[in-house]
Amino acid sequence: MATRASEQLRVLTGHQAVAEAMRQIEPDVVAAYPITPQSEIMHYFAEFVANGKVRTELITVESEHSAMSACVGASVAGARTMTATASQGLALMIEIVYIASAMRCPIVMAIANRALSGPINIHCDHSDAMLGRDAGVAQLFAEDAQEAYDFMIMAQRIAEHPSVLLPVWVNLDGFTLTHTADVVELLEDELVKEFVGEYKPRYPLLDVDHPTTQGPFALPEYYFELKRQQVDAMESVPQVLLEVQAEFARLSGREYQGFFEPYYLDDAEYVIVVMGSTAGTTKEAVDTLRARGEKVGLLKLWLFRPFPREEIAAALEGKRAVAVLDRALSLGNYGPLYLEVSSALYEAQRRPRLYNYTYGLGGRDTTAKQLEAVFMQIQEKTFGKEMHYIDLRE
Amino acid sequence: MLEIRWHARGGQGAKTVSQLLALAALARGNYVQAFPEYGPERSGAPVKAFNRIDDKKIRVHYNIYEPDVVVVVDDSLLNSETVKVTEGLKPEGILLVNTKISPAEVRRKTNFKGKIFTIDAEKIAESSGVGYANIPTLGALARAVDFPLEPLAEELKKMLGKKAPPEKVQANLAALQEGYERLSANGG
Repeated sequence: MATRASEQLRVLTGHQAVAEAMRQIEPDVVAAYPITPQSEIMHYFAEFVANGKVRTELITVESEHSAMSACVGASVAGARTMTATASQGLALMIEIVYIASAMRCPIVMAIANRALSGPINIHCDHSDAMLGRDAGVAQLFAEDAQEAYDFMIMAQRIAEHPSVLLPVWVNLDGFTLTHTADVVELLEDELVKEFVGEYKPRYPLLDVDHPTTQGPFALPEYYFELKRQQVDAMESVPQVLLEVQAEFARLSGREYQGFFEPYYLDDAEYVIVVMGSTAGTTKEAVDTLRARGEKVGLLKLWLFRPFPREEIAAALEGKRAVAVLDRALSLGNYGPLYLEVSSALYEAQRRPRLYNYTYGLGGRDTTAKQLEAVFMQIQEKTFGKEMHYIDLRE
Repeated sequence: MLEIRWHARGGQGAKTVSQLLALAALARGNYVQAFPEYGPERSGAPVKAFNRIDDKKIRVHYNIYEPDVVVVVDDSLLNSETVKVTEGLKPEGILLVNTKISPAEVRRKTNFKGKIFTIDAEKIAESSGVGYANIPTLGALARAVDFPLEPLAEELKKMLGKKAPPEKVQANLAALQEGYERLSANGG
């Protein structure tokens, strides 16, 4: 394998970056249904199909439920399969996502994160991604278009790894990343093809010489054991991710080491934990406050599922205070990410004070100044433990 | 970092020129962002587009609230009750308006204290045959912020070259150039 790509800098939207990754991977089958803010991914990809840039079978279906069903069918047949969706589309898919995971279909999906209705809203939050929290899919969150592109390529390898064989979602913030043109470094087509390699399904349904039964009933005698196998598959993801990251670094020169990116985290006393594009804005806030001598830092989570609880606990242990920023509600309790971090820290000897903020629901903008305020608020020992909201009119 | 906010109406090509500027800025070695105001797109409705240009990687992902430069592609927006084009514009910043009225009149209408430039891009659009004022306005912006014309012309050629006939490409290049040359400033 070549050690380093001759890279090209391009101005691309998140949509285009994801579509370019899909073009380079050239899956056998893509089934999709349009929904804002995902649709342009498929516009661009459909253009690649129409212009003969890829030989992918693009199946246009009548709903996301059908899109996911078609993906499962294709994947079980032995095809490398991808799709993309958002919000209500993902909600409609979710029934079949559980089945895709249980049938061990390595389907790679881009999720252009968008709020769930109601009220109806087309803008970004992470409510849709949280629908998949318990579904048996590995989930990555991208900070920018570059990461979305890189993760799409890495996701293919993770999903298809023999010890994983699960769907992988690449989350990118709707509009904020999908519709923003940013500078992206693409790899050469051949390098990506070489990196993802040829997909060799283990039990393709179309291999009629070796017939298999797929998707049968599993009554009390077997259901539990099959679910346990999904647990094992999910637990294999972290190690596979590390291996894929290392290989990707050799290929691209871009270092993704671990399950989260630390930014001034080592000596920080006050930390923000956040996923997605707001992590970039948080870096700006960290720089501003560091220049004033404040010991603040960021833990930008890439891998939400499986949740890297031990590594997160180790990184946050001994900090004075940590703010976990959720871009989704779990109505009736703290936010989903907060609950994960909180439970991860339970075994820690030196637990930080932990706070939960909800931000950015339905596309509410989050600025660096607001994040600076969060860093200052959590320094107060008497700061309340109730849910806090960034830029909300009460 | 240079932050630019474009004001136009849906269909006038503000998003297109913000993308062109981003491509040209990358070509000269800058990092860039270009994004439209997100939401339903309606022809004729007031729209905004944004650019960030910097020497280093741009990490922030939120709207631009305090632009260094505001470009108004449609001067009817100066009278708008719902859109205030100078909102948040830095006092030492630049206001560029496609209009037939003078910079002094723009100042009177907007009360903006910083630099004001005007360009009659509509007239250039008509005489050159390009039809849209966005390209000559982009040329004028290049002059106003001291951005070289050459990468803009190159990217414009590439963008149009695939689909437009050669005479259309030439007309656009001429309109870009004329916008650059005719930029007028006073009262600034």
